[in-house]
Amino acid sequence: MAPEVAVQEAPSQPTTRRIVNDFSIQVATVNGSGSQTANLVLLRSIFRMGIPVSGKNLFPSNIAGLPTWYTIRANRDGYIARKQDIDFLVAMNAQTAQEDVVSLKPGAAVVYDEPLNLATLRDDLTFYPVPFDKLVAGVCRDAKLRRLVRNMIYDGVLASLLRIDRAEMERALEKQLGRKPKAVALNREALDVGFAYAEQHFEKRDPYFVESMDATSGQVLIDGNAAAAIGAMMAGVTVVTWYPITPSSSLCETLIDYLRQHRIDKDSGKATFAVVQAEDEIAAIGMAIGAGWAGARSMTSTSGPGVSLMSEFAGLGYYAEVPAVIFDVQRVGPSTGLPTRTAQGDVLSTAFLSHGDTRQLMLFPSSVEECYSMAIEAFDLAERFQTPVFVMSDLDLGMNTWMSQPFRYPEKPLDRGKVLDAETLDRIGKFGRYRDVDGDGIPYRSVPGDPMPAYFCRGSGHNEWAQYSERPDDYRKNIDRLRSKLETARNWLPAPVVTINRKASIGVIAYGTTHWAVVESRDQLVNEEDVQTSYYRVCAYPFRDALTSFVERHDRVYVIEQNRDAQMLSLMKLDLAPELAGRLRSVLHYAGHPIDARTITDSILIQEGYRVEKTRPQPSHVPQSAGVGGE
Amino acid sequence: MATVQTPAAGKGKINRIGLASQEYRGTKTTLCAGCGHNAISERIIHACFEMGIEPDRVVKLSGIGCSSKSPAYFLGSSHGFNAVHGRMPSVGTGAMLANRRLIAVGVSGDGDTGAIGIGQFVHLMRRNLPIIYIIEDNGCYGLTKGQFSPTADLGSTLKTGVVNDLPPIDTCALAIELGASFVARSFSGDKKQLSAVLKAALSHRGTAMLDVLSPCVTFNDHEGSTKSYAYAKSHDDPLGELDFVPYFEEIDVDYEPGTTHEVELHDGSTLYLTKLAEDYDPRNKLQAMSVLQETRSRGTFATGLIYVEPTKPDFLEMLNLVDEPLASLPQDRVRPPEAVLEAIMNDLR
Ligand SMILES: Cc1ncc(C[n+]2csc(CCOP(=O)(O)OP(=O)(O)O)c2C)c(N)n1
Ligand code: SF4
Repeated sequence: MAPEVAVQEAPSQPTTRRIVNDFSIQVATVNGSGSQTANLVLLRSIFRMGIPVSGKNLFPSNIAGLPTWYTIRANRDGYIARKQDIDFLVAMNAQTAQEDVVSLKPGAAVVYDEPLNLATLRDDLTFYPVPFDKLVAGVCRDAKLRRLVRNMIYDGVLASLLRIDRAEMERALEKQLGRKPKAVALNREALDVGFAYAEQHFEKRDPYFVESMDATSGQVLIDGNAAAAIGAMMAGVTVVTWYPITPSSSLCETLIDYLRQHRIDKDSGKATFAVVQAEDEIAAIGMAIGAGWAGARSMTSTSGPGVSLMSEFAGLGYYAEVPAVIFDVQRVGPSTGLPTRTAQGDVLSTAFLSHGDTRQLMLFPSSVEECYSMAIEAFDLAERFQTPVFVMSDLDLGMNTWMSQPFRYPEKPLDRGKVLDAETLDRIGKFGRYRDVDGDGIPYRSVPGDPMPAYFCRGSGHNEWAQYSERPDDYRKNIDRLRSKLETARNWLPAPVVTINRKASIGVIAYGTTHWAVVESRDQLVNEEDVQTSYYRVCAYPFRDALTSFVERHDRVYVIEQNRDAQMLSLMKLDLAPELAGRLRSVLHYAGHPIDARTITDSILIQEGYRVEKTRPQPSHVPQSAGVGGE
Repeated sequence: MATVQTPAAGKGKINRIGLASQEYRGTKTTLCAGCGHNAISERIIHACFEMGIEPDRVVKLSGIGCSSKSPAYFLGSSHGFNAVHGRMPSVGTGAMLANRRLIAVGVSGDGDTGAIGIGQFVHLMRRNLPIIYIIEDNGCYGLTKGQFSPTADLGSTLKTGVVNDLPPIDTCALAIELGASFVARSFSGDKKQLSAVLKAALSHRGTAMLDVLSPCVTFNDHEGSTKSYAYAKSHDDPLGELDFVPYFEEIDVDYEPGTTHEVELHDGSTLYLTKLAEDYDPRNKLQAMSVLQETRSRGTFATGLIYVEPTKPDFLEMLNLVDEPLASLPQDRVRPPEAVLEAIMNDLR
């Protein structure tokens, strides 16, 4: 039976309802079509109007021709996590347009490419058809350029419909295109054409508006990989080794740019850093370990598949006690998984990366600011504890654009750790590379090329004098000292961020990018059902002792994370007494896109025994969030 | 004709930096008596002593295997890193990036290099990193009890009678092809040649790849093996005499014109190679590749300096590093000033 598609009158009347600074825009394009400039200009112009924003790119593992969605969320209250519902769709991609429109909630608005003929699909949306090809033809003759400039037209249309400050938009455009006056002029024209078209042809019939406010002044827009790169440079990194992999490549690529600008010796014109693109991740970490052993501040950056390859060397670093910093910008596994989607799935495997009784130190940045500050801290910690340190970022943090307070210049000098010098040697008498002189499990080390006594570094069994040994007592003593070193690290690593709510009997634990959805969800819980929560944000592994007291304070504690296996919760169970471990519940999200507040709120409410209206199914390209944990 | 005099075995002999040869020794070897690897360690001790190498500038690097254990048995006062199987090249690369003043001496095995480590070996050769990379080549895996390695010759047999039916990897040909700037082959039993090669390698700047036949007396020294002492002695095909004169010694040699090739090395030392009938010049890449092929097809193996390119830029030069070791740069040279951070932040607004 043919569906009844009678010609519909445009349904929506000019609206009197105004929703100001609280909506999400989704731009659906084809990847490789150069929409990134248009999207960033849109994001930046709203940001410059003082409205809190975030921009997230949902892109395929492909160079050109597959669907891509860019989502901008503007929110006056500062919620910048992903939001499930799209309020304003820009449909530029024929492949997905129908599906994209069908999955919108009633009342949403759609700007679309006129030939796609979407207006007949639904009668509960507001449609704004734009003849992009016709308009772009008037702007530019070159067919190749046309494809790129075409996208700028929707920025103009949105400026008109949403009332975006055009001066800000032009400034954002100049910022984005920098010193390319021709490109700026061409794109500005496209903006104007889009704006003029919308002004002439559209009556505003949706409720979404932007209005200037003052919530972003002084702030910056940056992605986590660039933030980590700046941190690494400020930490005085000297040896950088890497092997390209999404989503971590841009970390080292940005770092290379910054180093070339700011770390060339003025007098000699020579570099105070070395960067090597290695033949694989095994070599990358091998070089980082070799450099760390020889006294450099060394790092590498990778993602899950690379971390798997690094396993043997990570164990060597742990056991031979060699500093190195490894950035793991997590993506969806197992195996190749979803290379361009986000997850927090490497937590357990990294904690124990390598065979034997290996434990690794991990830091969990949740913001771009922490990508910066924890990058700096990671280098200090690696040298202080003479061991690899993993900075556990993720694709959402690393590759998406976040707003942030400007980063603060580091106050602390570099901590190079316990490097043996003449004075120390005098004090301790005889140098034993693996001797616990100070009772904190951290031995002194000498460095090749310095005048201190040398030692033979090895991954095979050794005694405190760094001699080869297979004696049971030597082995035990050393491996127990390594544990006591981790005990020292436990309360030295970045402290958790804890918010105790005296009215709360339930606690929430999260880490990394999950934080942003948690902030919003905790407010939803209070506003909707008066469910009060305390919050413990994990910043490092091994956990601080404070974890125990947090769990003790609460009857039930929800550990919220973006993986299937409740990885952080599992790690916590190892540390907590069984009675306390029994209080832990899970909220799990593992669909490839960033977690959102609704998923958390609904899951907690259900587990707390509340009735929750089933949320509408999500569009098929954004699979239904796996939601309710503890199942 | 004279190279540097081998010091008398007696005590008291001091080298040019005032150290006795004793000070170039390591801990007592735990390898089998008669293992070729021990003879190579002796040659390394001897070469470093004679060249007056400062032990605190040396880093000894290795992978895993009997051969890779041997750095513990020489230069005991130098730093060493016995890393993971087949991955010494990356560790050595990192160490040299950290401190370009170091002298890297790497020891690997034919399994460590030719099997698990072939990837890192290939890329090390491409980079021409300043390092001496010694393969102690016994055609088998000693430490795991005698299995074939990828350098075992076609038709060579294990003690158990198993015949190798895969062609060997010629690490010298591979190294030349890939860009190593100093490639030699020698035999642990040829003291004089191995000493000259090692000293020349110490005078070279760039990757010096030395494949040294080093029989495994326990698993691969029987009849039927092509890596036994007996086989090596009877099939060694030297590319002429090799004389090394270090830069710090007077050259008091007289060669009849036209009888030798003279190769000046990076540090000013000189190698004299007697010309053979074929007039072999190790600076000629084509000739180097063809001599390897020719000798192999004759069933022998060429030894001596096979290829050298004394002025090829090394990896650290190409990176345009500051002169000081990166590892010891002070904070004010590695942490940009506050104004830099401010400018970056401004740019992100
Ligand atoms: C990842 C890994 N795989 C396997 C081994 C076991 N293993 C130790 S030494 C060795 C072979 C060594 O052979 P070679 O490099 O030729 O050295 P040799 O003992 O003959 O001197 C192997 C396979 C290991 N240590 N690590
Ligand atoms: S097993 Fe072979 S290679 Fe190993 S130490 Fe003994 S002789 Fe040398």
